[in-house]
Amino acid sequence: MDFNQVFMSKVVKVIVVFTLLTAFLSIKNNTFAQVDSVASLPVDTAVAPTQEAGAVVNHSEAHEEKEKGFDITSFIFHHISDSHYFTLFGHGDHGFHLHLPIILWTNSGLVTFSSSDFKFNDDGTQVVEKNGQRFAMAHNKIYYANATANEHGAFVSHEVKDGAEVVTNARPLDFSITKNVFSMLLSVIILVIVFTIVASSYKKRQGKSPKGMQSFLEPIILFVRDDIARPNLGHKYAAFMPYLLSVFFFIWLNNILGLVPFFPGGANVTGNIALTVVLAACTFLIITFKGNKYYWGHILNPPVPWWLKPLMIPVEIFGIFTKPIALAIRLFANITAGHILVMSLLCLIFIFNSLWIAPASIFFAVFIGLIEFLVAFIQAFIFTILSALFIGMAVEEHH
Amino acid sequence: MDLLVPEIGLLVWNTIAFLLLVFLLGKFAWKPIMNAIHEREQSIDDALNKAELAKQEMARLTSQNQDLMQQARAERDEILKEAKTLKDSILNEAKKQAQVEGAKLIEKAKIEIENQKKVALAEVKGQVSTLSLEIAERVLRNQLDDKAKQEVLVADLLKGVELN
Repeated sequence: MDFNQVFMSKVVKVIVVFTLLTAFLSIKNNTFAQVDSVASLPVDTAVAPTQEAGAVVNHSEAHEEKEKGFDITSFIFHHISDSHYFTLFGHGDHGFHLHLPIILWTNSGLVTFSSSDFKFNDDGTQVVEKNGQRFAMAHNKIYYANATANEHGAFVSHEVKDGAEVVTNARPLDFSITKNVFSMLLSVIILVIVFTIVASSYKKRQGKSPKGMQSFLEPIILFVRDDIARPNLGHKYAAFMPYLLSVFFFIWLNNILGLVPFFPGGANVTGNIALTVVLAACTFLIITFKGNKYYWGHILNPPVPWWLKPLMIPVEIFGIFTKPIALAIRLFANITAGHILVMSLLCLIFIFNSLWIAPASIFFAVFIGLIEFLVAFIQAFIFTILSALFIGMAVEEHH
Repeated sequence: MDLLVPEIGLLVWNTIAFLLLVFLLGKFAWKPIMNAIHEREQSIDDALNKAELAKQEMARLTSQNQDLMQQARAERDEILKEAKTLKDSILNEAKKQAQVEGAKLIEKAKIEIENQKKVALAEVKGQVSTLSLEIAERVLRNQLDDKAKQEVLVADLLKGVELN
């Protein structure tokens, strides 16, 4: 626990330094507000919702300024958000894309079609008609289209809410194989193939020293067992090993795939709250169902003077939920922050509109990229060790 | 940008995929891998324990051998000592016996000599008496003619004969 704190604080420090650097570099630029809001996102994960609201404002502002110059915020957010296309190279109609299938559960049942039908229209101007229903896509989300277009030619209606422009149209349930889903399924397939091969080589070389891929992965497996599971779970570690190992390798591989800038990487899987929420929920369920009487006793009858109990019991009950929420937010924010930082540094070239800034920009982007490579491992480690710690606290026998 | 609002579709896919991953890896990867690692560690531990035991056994044997050697050496020394004392005693015995035997032989020889001497003396006495008788006879024969002469002769004869 001690040294992941060090790692975290170090990374946070570096991120703060470069955020400030980015902010000062772009101080004379008209896009200052956007860069600031984008770049300050990683500084504090706890205020992510407010930052996010700010980003949305900037985004809508930027939307209006589209003609004036390069819109860095929407560019970056386009890259870190989910998509119905997987771009191999190029941009828009001129690029080469993988058109991922769209699966919708609508008012009148299941509707499937290819995302190519939208012809890369992301502002609701293209309507796709299937099964007598009309759909439009705006900001990578699919809505029921309006009957008529508005003054911008969009079939979705907007409304400004809390200073942010939101689409008010109803949405069908979207079970599409998006970029994130595609990338995540790919990582699942890779993990299953790699580890079944490793498992078979264990069978083949029974009792012998590891070889090849086995010798690369065995130290990591042993690291998870000896440094994560055993210190936190004690002698009960064996039952939780499959979960911890799966979580660790799943997060790590997806973190690394997210750092690869081209196909099949590039999807921001672990930087998406949907994934981190699922993982944290799994930890939460394990804690809740494996928690023994001491754990629940500590929550419902904390060892404090009687007059403190009315205060402590709600706090303890609150604590049950804050732990997994913190897990989810931490992973999501760290990975998203890293992606935003790398993108921001690269965008400096376009903000200054000068080729001479490129060496510095690329140098810092590579530097942050290397740190991200470390963060990819550290975040997987932290998620796993905290899960192990929380589970360990829940299954611990009486002290 | 609603980064903090999870998409329902993503949630569903992630849940399905992750649970599938845990199930598949748990069944086909982690179980055999962890078992294999565990078994190997156990076998290494066993081997090390056995090596340790063998080392102890070896040390035990070595010390035992040393003990045996020391014992053997002590025994040898004992035997040598015993042999020496035995030899000495035998030698002494033999010497004593030889002396006794020698003394006995000498005694016997002395007695024999004495006996022989006695026999010889007796014989000499006999011969002397015979001779004396013969001389006496002759003297008597010669002297009987002359009385004075007879007496001188007897006296001379007696002078010449010495008894021991």
